[in-house]
Amino acid sequence: MSKSATPVLSISQTPSNPWIEKLTQRVPLLLLPVIGLVLFLAVWNGVAKNIDTSLGQFPGPAQVWEQAGALVDEHNQQRTKAEAFYARQEQRNAERVAQDPTYPAKIRPFTGAPTFFDQIWTSLYTVMVGFLVASLVAVPIGILCGLSRSSYTAINPLIQLFKPISPLAWLPLVTMVVSAVYVSDDPMFSKSFVTSAVTVSLCCLWPTLINTAVGVSNIDKDLLNVSRVLRLKPLTHLRKIVLPASIPMIFTGLRLSLGIGWMVLIAAEMLAQNPGLGKFVWDEFQNGSSASLARIMVAVLTIGAIGFVLDRLMLSLQRLVSWDKNSVLR
Amino acid sequence: MMSKHLELTQVGIDFPTPKGAFTALQEVNLRINKGEFISLIGHSGCGKSTVLNIVAGLLNATRGGVILDGAEVTQPGPERAVVFQNHSLLPWLSVYKNVELAVKQTLRGKPKKQIREWVMHNLELVHMTHASDKLPAEISGGMKQRVGIARALAMEPKVLLMDEPFGALDALTRAHLQDSVMEIHAQLGNTVIMITHDVDEAVLLSDRIVMMTNGPAATVGEVLPIELARPRDRLALADNPTYNHYRHQVLTFLYEKQKKIEPVNAKQTAANKACSAKGKKIDAA
Repeated sequence: MSKSATPVLSISQTPSNPWIEKLTQRVPLLLLPVIGLVLFLAVWNGVAKNIDTSLGQFPGPAQVWEQAGALVDEHNQQRTKAEAFYARQEQRNAERVAQDPTYPAKIRPFTGAPTFFDQIWTSLYTVMVGFLVASLVAVPIGILCGLSRSSYTAINPLIQLFKPISPLAWLPLVTMVVSAVYVSDDPMFSKSFVTSAVTVSLCCLWPTLINTAVGVSNIDKDLLNVSRVLRLKPLTHLRKIVLPASIPMIFTGLRLSLGIGWMVLIAAEMLAQNPGLGKFVWDEFQNGSSASLARIMVAVLTIGAIGFVLDRLMLSLQRLVSWDKNSVLR
Repeated sequence: MMSKHLELTQVGIDFPTPKGAFTALQEVNLRINKGEFISLIGHSGCGKSTVLNIVAGLLNATRGGVILDGAEVTQPGPERAVVFQNHSLLPWLSVYKNVELAVKQTLRGKPKKQIREWVMHNLELVHMTHASDKLPAEISGGMKQRVGIARALAMEPKVLLMDEPFGALDALTRAHLQDSVMEIHAQLGNTVIMITHDVDEAVLLSDRIVMMTNGPAATVGEVLPIELARPRDRLALADNPTYNHYRHQVLTFLYEKQKKIEPVNAKQTAANKACSAKGKKIDAA
């Protein structure tokens, strides 16, 4: 090995250590994104200094970093408060029970304002519920459209009609319908949550539906003939041929849907006042303190990062489920 | 003469086009005996595959019909198993599972042990037991086609239909698989209908060669019985005058009587000639 490599090395004058060689090959790949990031921060910093708003100067990277720290601190403080609150209640309950054994001990939930991290969690939870509901509807309808030409012809105009509708157009309707229909004395979910989740569902239905239909209708004709020759029952046909064959396209649709759902969610939460990231942005905007813009910027970057992570998660899931391990997924 | 086994009577098919119906096949009549090996040969687009698909039940004839053992063919079924040109293995199932899918359909409700044995038995017929856990993407084209044949055989078909089974393979692999098919046919005695472009392949394997005229409205042109003793050996036959006489007859039919005039097909004809030339080289080797 080293013998055959020697002439090459003597020409290129590089160290013979293969690890260092590998590293030097990788350096551009690692370095270029860092250069991009540094340039971006520099431009951001420069531009921000020249923008004066009614809430003060537009935040640069430093202010945003500071506010990110502040949001973490606030979260920790709130947690400490909550723990103290519960500890006080338990102590009080213990004292009351000691005095009067018949006293029914009560624990009241902590009612402090949700922190940034609570809001992230609410957003994730809401988008997942909306996305799941949409997928459960879209995949079966997509398969139906892919299998039967006539149902595709029947449903396609509706898909084309509803696909381009903005979530903001749906929201008033959804809000009113949820208020009218979702009535209970002890609701399991808040109305704002249901409204946001339904809006997310309505908007992220379509990519999954369309991609599933395309995937199913493009299955290799020979494979369908194999199924016919074997006289597979409809359910076996679906399980053994249709689903595995269209998994790649279904996942392409699901990834697009989740991306759209996450974008829609922020808008929906702003207007529906679901206590997630959308409401955080809205509240900071209404609050209008000198730190608001920096705090919004933290939320903006968080939204981007979470969207990216969600997409990567879907990609890993696709890799796990797909039979074609060699296909390039990106 | 044995009792009628497979009978095609006055089969014709029209395909709807925007300009009106297009008659692809017309008055195809064919009687095939049990255990016979039939080759369908003809130029591209002459409707060979259409005939095969009608026998398979994948297409329905517009006129006439197909009768197998006294019952009319109306839909596809495992008793008329098809070996597709592009192997058509399910890429997400292992070799074993691909064959098992077919076995589970024909031996439904039988004990697991019996199913396993039957799958392995059929993989053994095509010499593929060693790759039973591989995915189709992990084996060569010839191996895939072997598994395709094993899957078809596992259905215990009355008639085995092969649609240019070796068309996509290189000449050496093709020769290898042809030997395998002859071996299996001698062992199991299935009735076989095979589509081919390759004159040598047709003469080597068949009991009768059905030569089809060019479309539209293609039909059976000539039927050539091949009376060569089995088992046939490709090396010994290379210099056999009877064998060469048969070859010559098929070539005459294809390139003189049914010569294609359209310039579009000039390439195809050249390709076919190149193909048979390749075959000759192997015979000589």
